[in-house]
Parts: sequence; structure tokens; C-alpha cells
Amino acid sequence: MSSPKNSLSKSEPQFSLHNGTTTGVTAPLLQVRDLATEFATRSGVARAVDGVSFNVFAGEIVGLVGESGSGKSVTGYSILGLIDLPGRITKGSVRLEGQELIGMARHQLRTLRGRRIAMVFQDPMSTLNPVLTVFAQMRLAMLAHGRPDDAQMRARALEALGKVGIPDPERRLEAYPHELSGGMRQRVAIAIAFLNQPALVICDEPTTALDVSIQAQILVEMKTLVREAGVSLVWISHDLATVSVLASRLLVMYAGRLIEEGPTAEVLSRPRHPYTQGLIDSLPSRAAPGRDLVQIPGSTPALTSLPSGCAFRERCAHATAICSTAPVQTIESPRTWSCHHPLNTHVAAENDL
Amino acid sequence: MMLVISALVFIGVYAVGNPIDVMISPDVTQEIREQTIRAYGFDLPLWQQYGIFLQRLITGDFGRSFVYNMPVLDLIMSRLPATLEITLIAVVGAALLGVPLGMFAGYAPNSFAARAIMGVSVLGFSVPSFWIGLVLIFVFAVNLGLLPAGGRGETVMLFGVEWSFLTVNGLMHMLLPAVNLALFKLALLIRLARAGTREVMLTDTVRFARAAGESEWTILRHHVLRLIAIPLVTVFGLELGSTLAFAVVTETIFSWPGVGKLIIDSISVLDRPVMVAYLMLVSLLFITINLTVDIAYAALDPRLRARKSS
Amino acid sequence: MSANSLAVETPFRGFLREFAQDRVAVVAFLVLALIVLLALLAPWITPQDPYDLSNLVLMDARRPPGYVGSKGFTHWLGTDSQGRDLYSGILYGLRISLQVGLMAGAIAFGIGASLGTLAGFAGGRVEALIMRIIDLQLSFPAILLALVLSALLGQGKWPLIAALVTAQYAYFARTAHGAASAERSKDYVEAALSTPLSSVRVVFRHVLPNCLPPLIVVATVQVANSIALEATLSFLGLGMPVSEPSLGMLIANGFQYMLSGRYWISIYPGIALIVLIVAINLVGDQIRDQLNPRLKR
Repeated sequence: MSSPKNSLSKSEPQFSLHNGTTTGVTAPLLQVRDLATEFATRSGVARAVDGVSFNVFAGEIVGLVGESGSGKSVTGYSILGLIDLPGRITKGSVRLEGQELIGMARHQLRTLRGRRIAMVFQDPMSTLNPVLTVFAQMRLAMLAHGRPDDAQMRARALEALGKVGIPDPERRLEAYPHELSGGMRQRVAIAIAFLNQPALVICDEPTTALDVSIQAQILVEMKTLVREAGVSLVWISHDLATVSVLASRLLVMYAGRLIEEGPTAEVLSRPRHPYTQGLIDSLPSRAAPGRDLVQIPGSTPALTSLPSGCAFRERCAHATAICSTAPVQTIESPRTWSCHHPLNTHVAAENDL
Repeated sequence: MMLVISALVFIGVYAVGNPIDVMISPDVTQEIREQTIRAYGFDLPLWQQYGIFLQRLITGDFGRSFVYNMPVLDLIMSRLPATLEITLIAVVGAALLGVPLGMFAGYAPNSFAARAIMGVSVLGFSVPSFWIGLVLIFVFAVNLGLLPAGGRGETVMLFGVEWSFLTVNGLMHMLLPAVNLALFKLALLIRLARAGTREVMLTDTVRFARAAGESEWTILRHHVLRLIAIPLVTVFGLELGSTLAFAVVTETIFSWPGVGKLIIDSISVLDRPVMVAYLMLVSLLFITINLTVDIAYAALDPRLRARKSS
Repeated sequence: MSANSLAVETPFRGFLREFAQDRVAVVAFLVLALIVLLALLAPWITPQDPYDLSNLVLMDARRPPGYVGSKGFTHWLGTDSQGRDLYSGILYGLRISLQVGLMAGAIAFGIGASLGTLAGFAGGRVEALIMRIIDLQLSFPAILLALVLSALLGQGKWPLIAALVTAQYAYFARTAHGAASAERSKDYVEAALSTPLSSVRVVFRHVLPNCLPPLIVVATVQVANSIALEATLSFLGLGMPVSEPSLGMLIANGFQYMLSGRYWISIYPGIALIVLIVAINLVGDQIRDQLNPRLKR
């Protein structure tokens, strides 16, 4: 199960993160190393992403979880290079299929966007252009990576719409976004993302703006789609419940830092970081009927004035003096965590799954 | 609506002051004075005059100009082509130049070129157009001697109407007045296009398009342009009216024999039939423009179409 | 930065601070302040009262800048076709521009904002009627309206102001109506209305202050517009009488001399006018940018 020191050329020797799903020593599809993105605001510099590192392997679904403001969306944008002023990526490396994306020339980056890596956003009403038909927008996406003729584009568009489960796709092609329901719109956005058959798709809370029932549907469809297409997914969400259904591996972020990582089942059953435990406890499904919902005390600190050391220490019940120094990342493949007083470690020692 | 306007205009123009004094000199005998009054129907009560006015209106008879002593409608029509020439060039020129410049300024707002464009547009926007006309004449006609300082150039008959754009001399005469008219609209469009572009570039739509790998040019041409077209067309259409109004000033400065100069002259001599006819025609034009803008708005924004049909 | 960092910065102070950070706006503001000062002090710092016809000496007419006139003082900017010292004429003209522009703007603001808020608040038939009139008027270009009114009402300061107000109040009214309608459906209005306060009081003390930002935006545009409009009307021979020339009329008087090289009669008043309007617009631009929530960076 564990092969820590991987001798394949593509993986860095000091990081031996395991893919957690199967045996095998394939090179990661996406390698993020020490990524940092800052925003210059009126009240100071906000480090939205502060030294985040992780891998994504082919065919897997990784969940990126955290509260709003944890930096998960910004991480997604940073990977694709979609950070606008006043934000900028200050350091780190993002390698997609071996190519370094940070600092890449703009026209080169453009050939990769949509073609090898794509993104789905949260609110499809603002993502889709309201004055263009569905087909018009799909055409633009296809023409960005090739010169298919009209008939080919129609065929591909219909096929893509069919794959995301849109009934009566011919009619939908000529529809405008406002004529479709929220779920339909998001399906169209997903279809556009998958249109050029990318290897990796980053989904930024794509179901948050939708009805719960539609959410469930789309989750199931995504799973099938991913399996059939062999695509990798990074699923960003603040909702642990939905992510855990979909993802085989979880990454937990807090205040711009990656604080815990591991296979989904393990992270949920034996979380190491107190914040993760807090997230799990605050799930409505965890609350005993008739009792109050559990909340993590306090609130997320402003990114411009984070406490020194561990960013969570002011809300943590286990915090001590040592927590004002930065916690070191502990790696026990396939788990990693950054905490001076991790939980459940005694349990891990007993049965390491 | 037109009825209300016609009533307002009529009352305003005829009821203020005494029209009879304009036409005949005060030291004419009382008899001639009364004759003239009867001939023009001024002795009838106001509402009767209004009634006659409306009656004549339906037949397209706006009466005769006091000053020129010819049917007002003919008078206006004869001067209309001149105004149309410079107005159309001004409007089209402003659009073709202003929108791309504004989009560029909105796309790269901190670049030197963009700031220069915006700086110049402040001038075009705030400086009264008569002043710009003066400067134009000063620079081009007086100092550089390149272009004529006023008047219309040679005309050529086309479809029974005299146009001046078909001759080089005519074009040269047209250039300065058209530029003068265009500047304000140009500045306006640049500012609008810039503001709109800047806003749209920050939306998720553009981000999503970028994430799909679409080129910046594609984004500008297909997404931004289509999205800012709606407010641009609206304002542009509404400003068409004010362009016609500003033609009044421009034509005065450049001695351009168009409808604008006509109205100014009419106002200063209180040639009321002309004033009334002009105002009514302008109102009619406005209502038409507003309607057209409404239709264009619905055509451009599909969200409105759905609401109208459902 | 400040020793008193515990003090909460009021929104107004924050506004001023942000304003002070844009150099262009600050320069424009200073220029504007200078102009206002000069205009206020005009009777004391000009060698001649250009409105007093007995002051004018025809022999001094159309003299170039720097000429020493028969009264013994230097005409720094030359004289116009009637022997008026241009420097004096310009300063007095600026007075008129400012007076007329500000008054017309203020009155239009008052009338328009009240009407618009009333319409937005009252709703129903009242709203429909008022807005119909406003819309009708808005589809008519301001300059044309001002032209005709000015022609009919004759020359003079108050007819001029009346014409300008009539041409402009509609912009205020429309903005106020939009803002008031939006505010009306908000909870705090419901709450205030359920108290014994009269609804008029609610409108003026609660709703109106919240509608102010967009109205201020319109005001900054309209003041500059008033001044430009006044100048245009004067240029065309309407507006102020010949004996009390505003900048527009000075420019018009000098127009015919442009071709013969006596440019100063038109150019200098023109420059003064331009500087005034551009300064107002730059300051207004900055205020508008700061009040626009969508441009928050």
C-alpha cells in the first residue's frame, strides 16, 4: 500500500504523498507545490493561499474543503492563472502533466485552458453569457481549440449536452441561459468544461447555488461522467456532506493553509486536526435530534491579520503556548496534517488502514 | 401624446407676447393692422385658433412662415438635407471611433494610452461645443488655412435634393461642423464603453471564457461587445436627439444652412409658425427615436424578449 | 499613522481621505477653490466694473493684452469690442457662471429630488402621473427646451435660471424616484411608517438621506451642465443681457474678430470657462467614482 520513496522521475524526492486510492506509482497529473497568492487590500495584504501543496492523480476525485475565506476557490483560480489584480501569485509551482503553469506565456497557457484543464464556477447565471445562446457559447469554447466546421460543432455540442443529462438537447442549443432552470444551466456549464476533453476539471462549489434535489442528481451524474471519461476532478466545497459522497481523497483548508489531507473515509472517521473535527461535528446530520447544532466557537480571522503560528489557535480547545509557532506538516502516508496537538493519533497507531 | 405636445407648443409659442407686432411695423395705420389681424385669424379666440391649427396640421399645412413667406413645411424640408448630412456623419463617426477606443480604455485602464484617451474625453465631454467649434475654426481655418470657416460647399442634385457630400469642396466644408458635432458624442461613447468594458471584464462570464481557453480578442468581440451594446445603444439613441439639438449651435457657428440655424433665426425674429412646426417635428422625431430604442433594446437583450412574449 | 487610532473614522472623513489620495482630483479642487475665491473677490480685485457702461471708453476697444488704457491701468488680457477690460469681464463673468450654475443646480435638485422621492414613495396614480411627465420631458433634449424657454421668457438672470431649472430638474427627479422606490420596499421604512411619525417626516428624515449618493452623482454632472448650458445660451444671444455679459456672451462678441487676428477677445474668456468646467468635472468624476459601490477595489 505505501511506497513512500517513489523513484519515478516526476515526483519530488522530499514529498512522498501517496495517491491513496490504488497501488501504483504513477506520476501525478497535477502537482501543486508551496503555492501562495496574495491580495493587496486597503487594510493590508491578505494571504488567501499560503504555501499549499498537494497532488492530483489521473482518474481520481479530490475534495478541497473549507469555510468561505479559507482560500479554496482562490487556489482553484490560481491553478488556472485566473487571478486578477489586486491579487497575484507570489510563489510556488503548479505542474500540469509535467508543464509548469506559473509564469507560463499567456498564449501557451491559453492552449491548455479548456483543453487539458478546465473549471466550473459556482453560479451558472453569472458564468454563462446572458445574451448568447447555449450553442453560441459552446461554439466559442470549441473554436478556442481548433477549427471544426459547423456540422462537427453541432454534433459535439449535442453529444456533450446528452452526456450531462440534458433532455431534448436540440432545443436547448438555441435557448438562452435565462430560459433554463438553475440545474440545467449548471449542466450546460459542466458540458462546456468537458467539451474539449480535458484531463482535469476544477469544480468550484458547482452545486451550492442549486436545490438540494438537483444537487444530488448532479453529484451522481458527475461520478458517472468522471468514470466514463477518465477525468480527474478537484471538487471545491464548504459542504463536507456533498464532498464526501464524491471524493476519494479530502484536502482541508483553513485561512489559506492546507491543514489536513487523507482518504475520505479516514479523514471523516479519524480526523487529526481539531478544525476538521469541528467541521464534522457541525454537520447537521451529526446533531442529535432536539439538541442544538454544534458550532466551532469564534469566527474565521481576517486574512490580513492572522494570528502567528497556527491560524486556528484562537478557536481551538486544545491550544497551548507552542501553538503560536508554526506547526510543522506531519506526513504519515496516506495522511498529512499540520497540528501541534493532533487528535486520534493513538487510534492511528493501533489500526492503520 | 402628440396631441398634448401640440397643445403645449401652440400655447407656448402663440400665447406669449403679441405675434402681430413681429410682422408689421408699429407705425402702420390701424386699418392695415386690423386687416392683417383678420387675415391671419388673430382676432379669433385662442382655442379657435388652435382648432384651425390642428385642422391644417392634418393636411400637413403648417402655415406660412412670417419671415420667408413660404409654406413652413417646404422651408423645413429644404433645409433638412444639410442638417442630415453633418448629423449622420457625426453620429456614425462617433460610434465607429468611440466604441473601440472606449473598449480599449476599459480593457487596459492603467495603460498610458488609456489614460490619455480618458483625459481627452473629459475635454470633449465638458467643454461646451460652441467653444470647440471656435477652436476648430481658429486652428484649421485661421491659422492653418486648411479648411473653410463656414458655409456649405458645392451641392449636387440627387433624387431632387441638393447634397453636398458628393463633391470634394462640399466635403471640405462639411468636415469641421461634423467633427464639432461628433466630439461630444465621441467623448460620451468612450466613457460609456470604458465603464461598461471595465465592469464586464471583472465578471464571472469573462473568467469562465478565459478558463475555457478563449482568446482575449474573442472575449472582447463576442462577450464584452454584446454585453455593453445594450446600455450603449440606449444612451446613444437617446442622445441622438441632443445631437440634433446641438446642431443648432454648430450650424450657427459655421453658418451651415440647416434646420438648426433656421430655428435660431426664427426664434430671434419670433417667426412663430416655424417655431411651432420645428418643435412639433422634433417631438415627433423624439418619440420615434424612443420607440426605436425600445425595440432595439428588446432585440439586443434576450431576457426582455421572453418577458414580452410571456 | 495617526496617534488617535482608536477613533472610528466617520464615512465622511474616509471619503475625504480617499479623495485626497487622487492627485488629479485634488489639483482640480484647488483650481476650483481659486476660481471661486477670485469670483467672490471680483469687485475688489478688478480695475473696472464691466457692467457700468459709463466706465467703458470706446477708444480702448479691441486693444491687445498689455495695453495701457486711457484710464491709466493696464489691460492685462486686452479689451473687447466695447472697450471692456477683459480681465474684469472674465472675473465678473465667472461670478455669473457660478451663481447661475449653482443656483439652477440647487433649485433643480430641490424640486427634482422632492418630486422624485414623492413619486417613488407615494406610488399608485400619483407616481404614474408624475413619472409620465418626467419621462416626457426627459425624451426632449435639455438644450432645446432651455433654448425655447429662454427665447420666450426674455433675457435676464432669473428667466435664465428658470429655463435652466426646467431643463434639468427631470434628471434629479428620475434618479430620486428610482432610489426612493428601492428604499420604500426596505424594512426600515416599514418600521418607521408603523410609528406615529407622519409619512412626510419619514420621507424627509429617513428615506431622503439614503437616496443622497446617487443624487449627489447627478448633481455633480448637472452643475457643470448648467454652466455649459448657460454659456451656450448666452453665446446664442439668449440668457444674460448685453449689459451684463456672461462668459458666453464675451465669447460671442469676440467671435467675429477671430478671423482678423484679434483672438484674445474670445480665447481668454473661453479658457476661463473651460478651466471652470473641467475642474468641476474632474472633481465630480472623483466623487462619482468614490460613491460607486461597484468599483470598490
